Amino acid sequence: MKGKGIYQVKSSEKEIKEYTLSVLTEDKAGLLNHITIIFNRRKININSLNVSTTEVNGVSRFTIVVNSSKEKIVKVVNHINKLIEVLGAFLYEENEIYFQEIALYKLSSKIFMKGDIVEKIIRKYGAKILVIEKNHTIIQKTGSKDETQSLYNELDKFNGILEFARSGRVALSKKKRKTINFLKQLEKTKSNKLNI
Amino acid sequence: MKIQGSEALLKSLIKEDVNTIFGYPGGAIMPIYDALYGYMDKINHILTRHEQGAIHAAQGYSRVSGKVGVCFATSGPGATNLITGIADAQIDSTPIVCITGQVPSQLLGTDAFQECDVIGISMPVTKWNYQITNSKEIPEIISKAFYIAKSGRPGPVLIDITKDAQFSEINFKYKKCEKIRSYHPYPIIDQNKVAKAAKLIDESTKPMILVGQGVLLSNAEKELIEFSEKSGIPMASTLLGLSAVSCNHKNYVGYLGMHGNYGPNVKTNECDLIIAIGMRFDDRVTGDTSKYAINAKVIHIEIDPSEIDKIIKTDVAINADAKEALLNLIPEIKNSSHENWIREFKECDKLEYKKIIDKEINNKGNKILMAEVINKISNYTKGNSIIVTDVGQHQMVTSRYYKFNKPNSNITSGGLGTMGFALPAAMGAKIGQPGREVIAIIGDGGIQMTIQELATIAQFKIGVKILILNNNFLGMVRQWQELFFDNRYSFTEMENPDFNIISDGYRIKNNIVEEKKDLDKAIKEFLKCEESFLLNVIVEKEENVFPMVPSGESVSNIRLE
Repeated sequence: MKGKGIYQVKSSEKEIKEYTLSVLTEDKAGLLNHITIIFNRRKININSLNVSTTEVNGVSRFTIVVNSSKEKIVKVVNHINKLIEVLGAFLYEENEIYFQEIALYKLSSKIFMKGDIVEKIIRKYGAKILVIEKNHTIIQKTGSKDETQSLYNELDKFNGILEFARSGRVALSKKKRKTINFLKQLEKTKSNKLNI
Repeated sequence: MKIQGSEALLKSLIKEDVNTIFGYPGGAIMPIYDALYGYMDKINHILTRHEQGAIHAAQGYSRVSGKVGVCFATSGPGATNLITGIADAQIDSTPIVCITGQVPSQLLGTDAFQECDVIGISMPVTKWNYQITNSKEIPEIISKAFYIAKSGRPGPVLIDITKDAQFSEINFKYKKCEKIRSYHPYPIIDQNKVAKAAKLIDESTKPMILVGQGVLLSNAEKELIEFSEKSGIPMASTLLGLSAVSCNHKNYVGYLGMHGNYGPNVKTNECDLIIAIGMRFDDRVTGDTSKYAINAKVIHIEIDPSEIDKIIKTDVAINADAKEALLNLIPEIKNSSHENWIREFKECDKLEYKKIIDKEINNKGNKILMAEVINKISNYTKGNSIIVTDVGQHQMVTSRYYKFNKPNSNITSGGLGTMGFALPAAMGAKIGQPGREVIAIIGDGGIQMTIQELATIAQFKIGVKILILNNNFLGMVRQWQELFFDNRYSFTEMENPDFNIISDGYRIKNNIVEEKKDLDKAIKEFLKCEESFLLNVIVEKEENVFPMVPSGESVSNIRLE
């Protein structure tokens, strides 16, 4: 007979994969710190983090991308759910969400002087020109990290990227869910006091 | 009528039935202490000699009374001195509300005198914390603090109040917090799980109940006995679960863990069902988890969902308050008995008695052993006292030899293992249960970590008994050095002060026992004394606590010698 302890987790739960956490919270200062401490304590590095408001007033959404094992990340999610101001923390694998990142590229105007090759690349990638200044041009691309990186790699060949920035991932689950209904359900449950 | 924030705080505390506060004043909390001057008839404030003393006292107070412990400290060092106790209360699920003063809000972030980011520092060790910068927030935040501290799995809450918020005036109105939409302390019990658990219980032939502190926290002592008696299932206790069941109960089979009893440890790997109630499978209980409960299915009754499947995979998890879960489970199970199985535990007890207990309590040597002292105290008090222990060998010996007979009687620092806990916690316990005898049992190392609290005991005439088991060693560390580090006694021997002269200095009655022939008389005198009394017992210098599950090994490898 094998033991039942933490060292006996299924190998599939030990596999390191990319996970996306979507955490709905009350809009409260300091919560970011509270959440990151939970990762830090377990030495889990956060790949990307995005905090934004939602369609519901006073409710924020944290989208956190990490590489971890299922076994470890489930415990992190449980711990996040324990935080008083967290409304709900959800764990997703890549196929369970729609997600995007946005990247901005500041390109030296010089590289547009070499014919239309750069313009073709920009068009091929579906990137958008945001601003054209005398010395530089800013283009914007949304997509997965692979896609924005691939455009970066192509442009980098021209030696003209002055600055580059990529946002954290934003994601929405494929599930049929409305934040407001989720909140209504939370408010309805009688788990605020002992029912005996 | 408008009142200052500081007075609003006190009125809020009174609304939460607070009548005792442990604390220490300082610059940033002076308005609150000023308001306290006018509330001395309603609130008993105990001035400790260190903020760590205040929080441990609040913990002891809470653990014996079931009420929320409250302590006050000033900003900066006052607040940071609370942190050890807050971490202790967090890991041992003790409801505490700490109020700290803070520099005026316009000075936040300027490195002002005694400014410290206590919200940042306390974040990982509190259940909740909040900084009040506007006096208008005081009533609402205090009511939230108490609701959060005591509901669900209890824990410490810290509220930091800037000095300007203490001064500015508000119209006081108080409404008790009953609900927070993002906080669900009492999960709705799943009846399917209850039915599944009942089925496993009815089918099992060698089941075992693991009693954790959750039983005490949810006042489920009666339900636990009913459950055990109906099912005939033996009960073993974790360190913090001790005293939830009387050690004299026929189904009680002993204490689990590294220095626990032989029976419940080895039987963990022979049983076919574990019913863990309000406990969290600490490594001191499980040893090597890959070799833990190898033949057993596991039912885990636990209020905190994050504890479920954290260490040990469960077959059925009932995410609920322990009392509620037992009340639901009892009618679902069949009447049964497991007499032969319980007899197997009793056989283990006989072996442990022969190999260890007999030799210790009927010690033929010249030197006094810790076990014989505790055994005598247990007999003289009939297991009815509140026992407060520190951390180390004396703690393990007390847990083994004191035969608890009443609930909420074992106060110790379990999860964090905080040396220095016992003396202040015992003060708080005595104030929380003035009618009961409170005995602090402390090593010569631990007492020196918070020895200044003798002054608090003397000033407030707190009738707590203090027993020092003095071997002039950090005994537990020395034991490990002997067993696992080749006898290299690196910085564990202590040249101690004369604890009796120190006690005289604090004007606390005291006695010393160096010879066995004087022990009985001294213990009787110690227990008879109405006021506080310090008894310094010089014990065998190099004694080892057995049984022992070596760190990281299977509970089956428990060593009797």
